[in-house]
Amino acid sequence: MRLPAPIKAPPVRTEQIILFRVSGQLFAVSSASVQEVRSVDTLAGAAKEIAEAGLRKVRHVVQRGEHYFYVVNGAMHFGLQPFPPALVFVLRRTRTALLIDGIEKMTTMTRLQALPQAFCNAERDWYRGVTAIDQTVIPVVKPEGFLTPDELFLLDSSLEPKDSALQSGDSAFQSGDFASQSGNSALQSGDSGLQSGDSALRSGDSVGAPPSVFEGGSFRSSDPNDSAMQIANFDSSVSDSEGAAPLGSKGAVFPQPDATDPASLPQ
Amino acid sequence: MSPQAESESFVLLRLAERRFAVSAGDIAELVAPSRIFRFPHHTKEIVGVILRRGRIVPVCDVAARLIGKNLRSRRFYLIAQRRYNTGTEWIALPVTGDCELISAEMIPASEADLPHVSGWLSHNGDVIEVLNLDALTPGPVVAPPVAPDESLRHEVHS
Repeated sequence: MRLPAPIKAPPVRTEQIILFRVSGQLFAVSSASVQEVRSVDTLAGAAKEIAEAGLRKVRHVVQRGEHYFYVVNGAMHFGLQPFPPALVFVLRRTRTALLIDGIEKMTTMTRLQALPQAFCNAERDWYRGVTAIDQTVIPVVKPEGFLTPDELFLLDSSLEPKDSALQSGDSAFQSGDFASQSGNSALQSGDSGLQSGDSALRSGDSVGAPPSVFEGGSFRSSDPNDSAMQIANFDSSVSDSEGAAPLGSKGAVFPQPDATDPASLPQ
Repeated sequence: MSPQAESESFVLLRLAERRFAVSAGDIAELVAPSRIFRFPHHTKEIVGVILRRGRIVPVCDVAARLIGKNLRSRRFYLIAQRRYNTGTEWIALPVTGDCELISAEMIPASEADLPHVSGWLSHNGDVIEVLNLDALTPGPVVAPPVAPDESLRHEVHS
């Protein structure tokens, strides 16, 4: 007589996240959403001040190849007390570089609960949901939620006059010699906490460029399947109970280009 | 012959010196205060979230709206079910005292009553508001459906 085969518990679906602090408050972001982590010192030489954008949370812009990344002060975005940031996250598939205090740790979440519907204001655009890590509830941010399309339009509009100046006069940005910008007084006076320093940003480093890692003390990953930012494979054992948001589909490898897009994940 | 009113079950909760009632069918449980987690948001009635049975439950302080002041002490969280268009979710209401399960007849609210009042009941000589949690606690604002004939009228006149 044969014994029935033991029933295997399906492996737990997981998603790798980075826990970070903004003004002391703990947040999480999917590591697949983070293209690059840099020290603000390495960004200072490459960032240009935005004179009149009308957005207090955005004071600087970084040009990388054909792309502009707007430097968003995380504390101001969330309405928290201003705090000198130390790191900047360049968020994948967005035009946001997010100023943060620091990284707490990298960990794995097994369940992402949709933001309760009682939260019915701007926070619904800020967060993908909430998760519990070590009996602590942490909001998981939505990378595209830091700048709305209207805000991007406003910022782009404010940048247009500067474009011509960039093209004609600021050859350092075109040539990639960001070190020569390290004494930029605009950055010294800005309240986003950027300090002068040699820049490791390179001209032509656009989104999706071939990966390079650990430049100038910063971490960088252009490919979501590359390096420590890789999300583990997962299977469908996370219960899709009431209020829970499934993390992905069975057998999917996380992240794939579409799977890493937070908007594509069911909430 | 008028139809005889039937008794329903209600949970009486206390906010400072006042008592309110919630239909017992909407109540999940009464729990001791646990650690409240706060994160940035713009919904002023929500003070944070608690972790309960693996679920993340928003804590909604209804005292300011019901008694005009915030609670100084919270002895329990009354966990209730809040109905939304897409389903029901738990919501935790801080209360200041023990809750009581009673059976009483509810008098439906009139048009003059506030939206969060679904009715009234009499208990031990007190007249107690029965709360409509769907109106009392925050949720997505749903635009009222436009009547078909009204939309047609707009089309004709535009």
